Amino acid sequence: MKKLTELKKVVSNPYAYVRKYKKQSGKKVVGYFCSYAPEELIWAAGALPLRMFGTSENIHLADTHLQSYCCSLVRGILEEALANRLDFLDGVVFPHTCDSFQRLSDIWRLNITGQFHIDVVLPVKLDTPSAKRYLYDVLEKFRKDLGDALGVKITDKMLAKSIKTYNKIRRLIATLYELRSKNPQILSGADFHAIIKAAMIMDRDYFLEALSEIVGQLKKAKPAKATGGAKRLVISGSVCSHPDIYDIIENSGGVVVGDDLCTGYRYFEGIMDEKKPPLKAITKRYLDRIICPAKHFQLKERGENLIRTVKKSKADGVVFLLLKFCDPHAFDYPYIKEMLEAKKIPCLLLDMEAELPPVGQLQTRFETFVQIL
Amino acid sequence: MKKSISDFLKMVLIFLAGKFKKFTMRFKKSKTMKDYMMVYYSDAKSARLTGRKVAWITSGGPVEPLIAMNVIPIYPENHGAMIGASKMGGSLCEKAEAMGYSADLCSYARSDISCATINGGPIGGLPKPDMLVCCNNICGTVLKWYEVQARYFNVPLFILDTPFCHTEYTNEAAKYVRAQFDEYIVFLEKVCKKKFDFERLKEVGHLSHQGQLLWQAVLDTATNKPSPMSAFDAFYHLALIVTLRGTQDVIDYYTQLVAYMKNRIARGIGAVPNEKYRLLWDNIPIWHRTRWLSEKFAAHNACLVADTYTTAWCGALKYIDENRFLDSAAEAHARIYLNIGIDEMAKMVLEMIDKYDVDGFVLHSNRSCKPYSFGQLDIQRIVEKERGIPCLMLEADMTDERSFSESQISTRIDAFMEIIKERKNK
Repeated sequence: MKKLTELKKVVSNPYAYVRKYKKQSGKKVVGYFCSYAPEELIWAAGALPLRMFGTSENIHLADTHLQSYCCSLVRGILEEALANRLDFLDGVVFPHTCDSFQRLSDIWRLNITGQFHIDVVLPVKLDTPSAKRYLYDVLEKFRKDLGDALGVKITDKMLAKSIKTYNKIRRLIATLYELRSKNPQILSGADFHAIIKAAMIMDRDYFLEALSEIVGQLKKAKPAKATGGAKRLVISGSVCSHPDIYDIIENSGGVVVGDDLCTGYRYFEGIMDEKKPPLKAITKRYLDRIICPAKHFQLKERGENLIRTVKKSKADGVVFLLLKFCDPHAFDYPYIKEMLEAKKIPCLLLDMEAELPPVGQLQTRFETFVQIL
Repeated sequence: MKKSISDFLKMVLIFLAGKFKKFTMRFKKSKTMKDYMMVYYSDAKSARLTGRKVAWITSGGPVEPLIAMNVIPIYPENHGAMIGASKMGGSLCEKAEAMGYSADLCSYARSDISCATINGGPIGGLPKPDMLVCCNNICGTVLKWYEVQARYFNVPLFILDTPFCHTEYTNEAAKYVRAQFDEYIVFLEKVCKKKFDFERLKEVGHLSHQGQLLWQAVLDTATNKPSPMSAFDAFYHLALIVTLRGTQDVIDYYTQLVAYMKNRIARGIGAVPNEKYRLLWDNIPIWHRTRWLSEKFAAHNACLVADTYTTAWCGALKYIDENRFLDSAAEAHARIYLNIGIDEMAKMVLEMIDKYDVDGFVLHSNRSCKPYSFGQLDIQRIVEKERGIPCLMLEADMTDERSFSESQISTRIDAFMEIIKERKNK
């Protein structure tokens, strides 16, 4: 799997990839911060959308702007910018999500110079007629603002092309999820994680090509001998930038067969209607996709979705990865846990910082959990 | 039922008398804050008997349409402040943590969520809601908090979504917020099962506007030297503009309060007997330590003359136009202090520094309030650069008294005051 090796190399050092890519292609690079960033428009405009993951190492510059009770994701991203490690960015796009990212946008605008800065102030509720209209209006405004910043007019034709690319990627990823759900052994969790991450970093056309090849090969591959008795788990949380966690789960007798993650299914889910006017199709996708807890859609949507995911992937249990100081997820955890318990679906809560707890400790917790399943 | 109401009133009375003895003694002849709050809470607690509906609403939410519909508004945040002032926050938060809510979540939300399940707290819990009205112009936390309560009480929830104004209030946002006011009215008609009274809304809108102007007039008296009132007085008197905005009571009370403050000015009486230093406060009060902090600063002859928190209830006055109440209310709700970028917040802080002629800036870095606290370090830098006054950041929590280190904060205030004194006496 040459392509997989290549993807893994990119993921291990995304900035090196982006710098080289920028030089070779002459394309502009636009940083974005969450899976609600309408990156289909960025790609349509001829720029590379790059998801910001931040760093967990040696955070000190961010301390002069953000107090200790800010989540490590937001702090880690700001650290990268203040340390001048993101100087290749031509611009940034802040979609509205939580209170912390909202203020990160302000702090960024006041302290990081030499790039354009666009706030896409999305609606917070997604289930009313006025919110739907507003989302469309905001995306229309974003199309204009982004076009102005990049010096291009983003036409419907360009959008339609981008939609096609994203649809193809999303269909293939859905296939990948299915393949792994049926035969978890065909691809290790860490490799799977790398593919997902590469989707948010690489040239999307090239990524699509690589992904087609990988999925094609996996389809043909004979499933490795099933390691009998591995317990099937769904993980739920915000951003998961810990490929190790998949390995640790696998070493503990479990296997990840589905997720509700910002860097996972929430990012890929939802095919856009290629027959609709393009911006309407994009709007509809962001209205209908699985919500993140910073958004409002009915009162139990996230719990119901997680139960659906568990059933669909025939999972034995759920692991919550809660990032410390992430308010939206922490508010939802008790009711979702209650809903799972009512359905007799066991779950495990892992409080996380940017850095994982020691491997030994984690493994013991997973092993204990897997044993009760 | 009758007994539970009288028990409840007794608790409200005991709470108000105990916490605010100093203030309730001030107006012997006319109605006091205690009187108003007693009537307010007894109306709310007996709503079931009188057939009135109760709505829980966020502090920055549009209350005027509720008043126009004869609905009783209840403010869980105001309740959170009472819980904090009674030093009951820690134990209620602990209970919420046992229910699975992280200890890092907002302490108003944590204490309200647990309080609802046990009817605990200083006044034995809040009257149950018939509906919930949540405006996210103050934070994203209220959205999650109100979702929790909507599931718990199984009542309808209306969300007024006010897009954040980083650098501007866009046409798109204006259209969206205005449309939601229409949806809000439809929501109220449905829950209350009666037609909305637009004529009544006009009157309420007028009273609300007048109330906010009067609240501004109260706060303005602090420009006098010595200031007749401190931010700690403002934290107390604020209760009415929050809970009864849009009623005649607010007008009566603040008219009387302005006269009282002017009288103090005429007689040269200051809130701090020997006012030498004037300070500005940022963020929600540390409710469980207001008296301690007030005395601590007073011992240094320092008066906290103004604050960004109580100013928020008249901060959007420039957008209000009584004649186009709903249109202007949309803008006023979207552009309040916490729903704007930190550069614009810093600008307002600088204006307050000049207006109240302060010598120092005290920032409460509030673990419970991320949108209020993140960005404070940048605001502090802007203030230091633009005005060169000393700034002090105190780490605490508005309601959860477990996050308060008295000795550390005491030492830091002493050191800060030394710098202020040195600078001023140069």
